[in-house]
Amino acid sequence: MKLQRNGRTKALAIGAMALVSSLSLAACGSDNNTTTSTTASGGAGASAAQIACGKGGQLLAAGSTAQNNAIDVWKNAYGSACSGTTITYGGGGSGAGVQQFNQGKISFAGSDSSLKPAEVEASKAVCKTGQGIDLPMVGGLISIVYNVDNVDNLVLDGPTLAKIFDSQITKWNAPEIAKLNPGANLPDADIRAFHRSDDSGTTDNLTKYLSKASAGAWSYPSGKTWAGKGGQSANGSPGLAAQVKQNKNSISYVELSYAQSNSLKSAAINTGASKPVEATTANAANTFAKAKISGTGNDLALTLDYATKDEGSYPLVLVTYEIVCDKGNKADTLDALKSFLTYTISDNGQQAIGTKGYVPLPKELASKVQAVIPTLA
Amino acid sequence: MTSSPPAVPPGRDRRSRRDSRVGDKIFFNLTRGSGILLLVIMAAIAGFLAYRSGLALSKDEGNFLTTFEWTPDAPKPVFGIAVLAFGTIVSAVIAMAIAVPVAIGVALFISHYAPRKIAQPFAYLVDLLAAVPSIVYGLWGALFLVPHINGLTSWMDQYLGWTYVFSQTVPGATPRNLFTVGILLAIMVLPIITAVTREVFRQVPRMHEEAALALGATRWEMIRTAVLPFGRPGIISASMLGLGRALGETIAVATVLSANSVLSLHILDPGGGTFAQNIALKFGEAQPFGRDALMASGLVLFVITLVVNGAARLIIARRKEYSGAAA
Repeated sequence: MKLQRNGRTKALAIGAMALVSSLSLAACGSDNNTTTSTTASGGAGASAAQIACGKGGQLLAAGSTAQNNAIDVWKNAYGSACSGTTITYGGGGSGAGVQQFNQGKISFAGSDSSLKPAEVEASKAVCKTGQGIDLPMVGGLISIVYNVDNVDNLVLDGPTLAKIFDSQITKWNAPEIAKLNPGANLPDADIRAFHRSDDSGTTDNLTKYLSKASAGAWSYPSGKTWAGKGGQSANGSPGLAAQVKQNKNSISYVELSYAQSNSLKSAAINTGASKPVEATTANAANTFAKAKISGTGNDLALTLDYATKDEGSYPLVLVTYEIVCDKGNKADTLDALKSFLTYTISDNGQQAIGTKGYVPLPKELASKVQAVIPTLA
Repeated sequence: MTSSPPAVPPGRDRRSRRDSRVGDKIFFNLTRGSGILLLVIMAAIAGFLAYRSGLALSKDEGNFLTTFEWTPDAPKPVFGIAVLAFGTIVSAVIAMAIAVPVAIGVALFISHYAPRKIAQPFAYLVDLLAAVPSIVYGLWGALFLVPHINGLTSWMDQYLGWTYVFSQTVPGATPRNLFTVGILLAIMVLPIITAVTREVFRQVPRMHEEAALALGATRWEMIRTAVLPFGRPGIISASMLGLGRALGETIAVATVLSANSVLSLHILDPGGGTFAQNIALKFGEAQPFGRDALMASGLVLFVITLVVNGAARLIIARRKEYSGAAA
């Protein structure tokens, strides 16, 4: 009896599997059909009309989680205009993305940092006739978020931030903070500083800023792993934002979107300019506009000036790259890749993520990226 | 169950016996194949971990066993497992200290105290606890348990602070510490331990229990003299199953613990880390070398788990003859 029943379920399972696989085969078939029938002008709607679709296909990508939300926005807009192309972006971190790129598993990788010389060497095996290059694509801003009652316009500077995050300043009414905030109602309370417990590009950029702009108060090298003394940690930007929200007298650093979505207060930075710089996308864009390109040829790796003293230049910024081959991209997805990146660096693409807590790259920088994309091969 | 060869029922004819021989052969080979496959998989995992660890360990500039930091991707790679091993073992020990007595109590209640009508649904509910995904435990821990356990931890700090272990040295810190992680792990391993011990308690020979009662034992004395000794190996295996989960729990720990690379005996201070939590948080951004280093820590966890399980096997083997479980 039991055996019989098992036999029947097995038969059922086999039948179901056959059904499913035939369905998915059919789905594949219809996919291919739409691929060939989609044309450049296909699709309706304002944004869709401005997207030039490629030949379609499966665009696989992976990497930085910092640009996850940006890619999601682009994927939706692009996908509704160009139904022939499916874009799959697996997060998993910059390190994992670059590794998969150099194994030839994906068409492009998202990364918080530009390729290191060893990674460029490794990419030559995949790109064959060319090598991996960095295209700045998603600009970001790191907010110093805090949760202190009756303090609304907190101002901090590099050395003070370094000392707070290194447990050298432990009280909110410490003289260093009071000096930067004359008249502010600073409480006599312990500072609860929170940092990332996972390795992250956000930590990397914050510590780059601290080591450049703290006049030696930050004694550690910059890096993705937190090195400061003391403080508490949480996993990911959402974790940090939740901790700051939960705990009074706390301070931490998160990307702008998390500060906005959790309605946390952001500190302004005293950079040495005539007045403290607020954490706004406009101020961050000013910093990007002055960034130097340190890559050679088509590699557009940026060097950001963390110690900037320019008026209205917010120094705590980060840029994430898309990593592609300059020559020797996968032939079957090259067209879709160029089409997708053309959209993402276009004005529309950049404005679309501007409302999601990212910083649209300034036109001058974007035009340099726009010039590179058609040359990809 | 019995080891004597199965007696052939007189009513069977030759044909069915031949059939059963073919079936026996197939089944024997299937089971043997499964057994071999299991060993092969274990060996493959161990070999893979050992190979990747070897790559990393040869370049470690610190002492792998005593270093606190975990910075394998720095220009001068330094990484060690001291903090991770400590955190893993401490949180698991706290979890076991809480979970095992409670689980035994729950199992006894279900098997010997509760009326049948209640026992069945109750057992089912406990099993359901095991079906909750660990990320849900993690979120519950971070959003509910941590804010609400403050009272308990400050009480322990005030009255048990003299023990050093329970004193809080970071004023105003949130209780995202090894102790809270231990409590969370205890809840997570509770259903496994309960389910197994419950089944073992059900196996206690009715004769033993009735004999104890007949000698004038109360119900508690009957449980103490007949049920618990019989169930001891079962309790130990159940605890080991739970301990395995506690040692390897990843995402719930990563969500709740405020990890850092400080080894502190103050278990109410935020800090510390566990193997699995460290691997989960560092893997995404790790360079290839950093991954090898994480594999090395994985190998240590693998070895710890093997040692713990081996020790449990030994204990069970030693106690078997007294408990009657071998009968």
